[in-house]
Amino acid sequence: MKIGIPRALLYYYYYPLWREFFTQLGLEVVLSPTTNKGILDAGIKNTLSEVCLPVKVFYGHVSALADKVDYLFVPRINRVEPKAYICPKFMGLPDMLKARLQQMPPFIDTAVDAGMDGNPVQCWVDCFQEVGSKFTHNHQLVNSSIAAAFRTQQEFQRRLTGGMLIPDALENDCVPEVAATSQQNYTLRIGLLGHPYNLYDAYISMNLIHKLQSMGSFVVTPESLSVDEIEDEARKLPKRLFWTLGKRMIGSALNFYASKELDGLIYLTSFGCGPESLVEELVARWAKQQGNLPYLMITIDEHTGEAGMVTRLEAFTEMIKRRQKHENHLSSHGEPLHSG
Amino acid sequence: MKITYPHMGNLYIVVRALLTTLGLDVVLPPPTSRRTVELGVRYSPEFACFPFKLNLGNYLEARELGADTILMAGGVGPCRFGYYAEVQRQILSDLGSEMDMVVLEPPDVSYKELKEKIRHLVGDISWWKVIKAIRLAWYKARAIDAVEEKLLYLRPRVYEPYLLERYYHRALHEIDALSHRRAVQGAVRDFIKKVGSMPQRSGEFLRVGLVGEIFTILEPTANYDLEKRLGLLGVEVTRSIWLSIWINEHLFGGLLRVSNECRDDHHLAPPYLNSFVGGHGKETVGCTVGFAQRNYDGVIQVAPFTCMPEIVAHSVLPAVSKDYGIPVLTFYLDEQSGEAGIQTRLEAFVDLIAAHSHDQKGGMLSGSVFGN
Ligand code: SF4
Repeated sequence: MKIGIPRALLYYYYYPLWREFFTQLGLEVVLSPTTNKGILDAGIKNTLSEVCLPVKVFYGHVSALADKVDYLFVPRINRVEPKAYICPKFMGLPDMLKARLQQMPPFIDTAVDAGMDGNPVQCWVDCFQEVGSKFTHNHQLVNSSIAAAFRTQQEFQRRLTGGMLIPDALENDCVPEVAATSQQNYTLRIGLLGHPYNLYDAYISMNLIHKLQSMGSFVVTPESLSVDEIEDEARKLPKRLFWTLGKRMIGSALNFYASKELDGLIYLTSFGCGPESLVEELVARWAKQQGNLPYLMITIDEHTGEAGMVTRLEAFTEMIKRRQKHENHLSSHGEPLHSG
Repeated sequence: MKITYPHMGNLYIVVRALLTTLGLDVVLPPPTSRRTVELGVRYSPEFACFPFKLNLGNYLEARELGADTILMAGGVGPCRFGYYAEVQRQILSDLGSEMDMVVLEPPDVSYKELKEKIRHLVGDISWWKVIKAIRLAWYKARAIDAVEEKLLYLRPRVYEPYLLERYYHRALHEIDALSHRRAVQGAVRDFIKKVGSMPQRSGEFLRVGLVGEIFTILEPTANYDLEKRLGLLGVEVTRSIWLSIWINEHLFGGLLRVSNECRDDHHLAPPYLNSFVGGHGKETVGCTVGFAQRNYDGVIQVAPFTCMPEIVAHSVLPAVSKDYGIPVLTFYLDEQSGEAGIQTRLEAFVDLIAAHSHDQKGGMLSGSVFGN
């Protein structure tokens, strides 16, 4: 029995958990290929133009798996922590898919909902228990599969906080040292914010991380911070943010600002993303308050061109370098570092 | 303290009744205009939704008139509305236009906090006075809805639509000015009598249900006067959301029994949409099914550009449209929507549903669609 998992959206956070669960149950997991033009085109064809790019890409991955698997794992993700949503589109995703795609294998669209007082582990346990019961009556097996799944997920998270970037950490057989060395020889430290499905899908982001690295930047992402570090900073907001990813972005930005180690900050958002339209605004306004930390927002959709992106990145990193030179020059003459 | 609040259609009348009865000094933002839109757009995040931008424009214009405090609702939805105030506060402060923002969070967030905020605004006040204020506000909300229901019914029918609009605005003005329940209800009766005797076309008219996000439905500046445009094209419009119904359901917990055609429609959202998705997404789908079951000729969905719950709803509507054979048209609206484009699309849609309903019902509609 083959279970298809689209390599999109929350795959970037939860794939180890999902894969291990199904594998332990004795099912074969089939992952869609990395995003490519065919996948994107299929997604665009089957969605409203108003839908954001990552959801279009998700449709494409679902289509790519359709005739290769017996089931598709597309859970309805309401809340993965209490009192915070991801996005309305995640809540309606299975319905959106069904209304627009024909001849699909059956969906496993069990809801994941931490509700008002649940927790980030229990919501998946509940989901898996329900999913497991569709495939086996052996409760023992379901429970041990869940336990194994969480062990794998923990290992994955350890790699991230150890400094590995998500794409490397997702590769099962990756050697930690290799990943770490890929980030040597840099002159700038650039913070990079964005939802994981934008940052780590090399096709969507047009290899943003790699491009920055090859321009001599060390890239710092939210994933290098622990959940507690992020939460502690996010808690300082006057009003609690009720979007999980938005909270991660704000909490990470506040960590970055507090550490004062960055030379610049880049925020990658999808065109038309609701939560980001407000969260990004706050991050940008606060960057100004950080002695005018160089800040760049990049909005992507299916029409974004690679050349334009490269130009903007080059201009941004050059600007930072020029500014640093200028500041060093000024300060060596005993003048103030910041004029305004 | 001079208190202001954002516009949403005729909500200003209801809130003004409430606040002035409580003894507060209200400074209303000027009616939302091109200038409001420009101000709002200039200082808002580019991708914020349209209501956010209009709110901000309202605040800046109210400040020019001396307002120093903003009263605003909050929320913890998955929709963006609940975080508007936080971002708007930062924007106002960066502009050097700080205003005190009192954000009323729904009671389930913190009942105590809500009570404290109300205290902060009105000080010590007798419960009797509070109840009196709420009652007057409620009757005004009902009065506005009664007047507008009649308006929507008559728009395609009367020979003198512009006179009807005049009567309508006069009635709103009276409801706003009066401060006794009986007088308010009297104003409604007068309006209904007066417009009821206007010369009218007879026959059957095309009926369109209006669904979507509440602000865009209730605020004519946001929907580019969509209801009026449809009325002039000979269409009778039924709204899925009414001010008083919304107040009853969300603020009074559905305590009062007020009838509304679409009241139970949200149960009709499954199998098309099986989950709450924030905002009015589920209602949009449910009401579309409801209108279809009640044999409407078409449904129009309106939403701010990039509105997430409505995009989810829109994504599943083709399935409803196909199953019930009902034409559905969606408008995403923001400051860049062009009036001419909207008018053209509306005319084409009315053409389509006229032809469609002719096929279905096997006969010409006797009311002429394009007026004469
Ligand atoms: S959070 Fe933003 S990018 Fe992600 S699905 Fe929702 S609207 Fe799209």
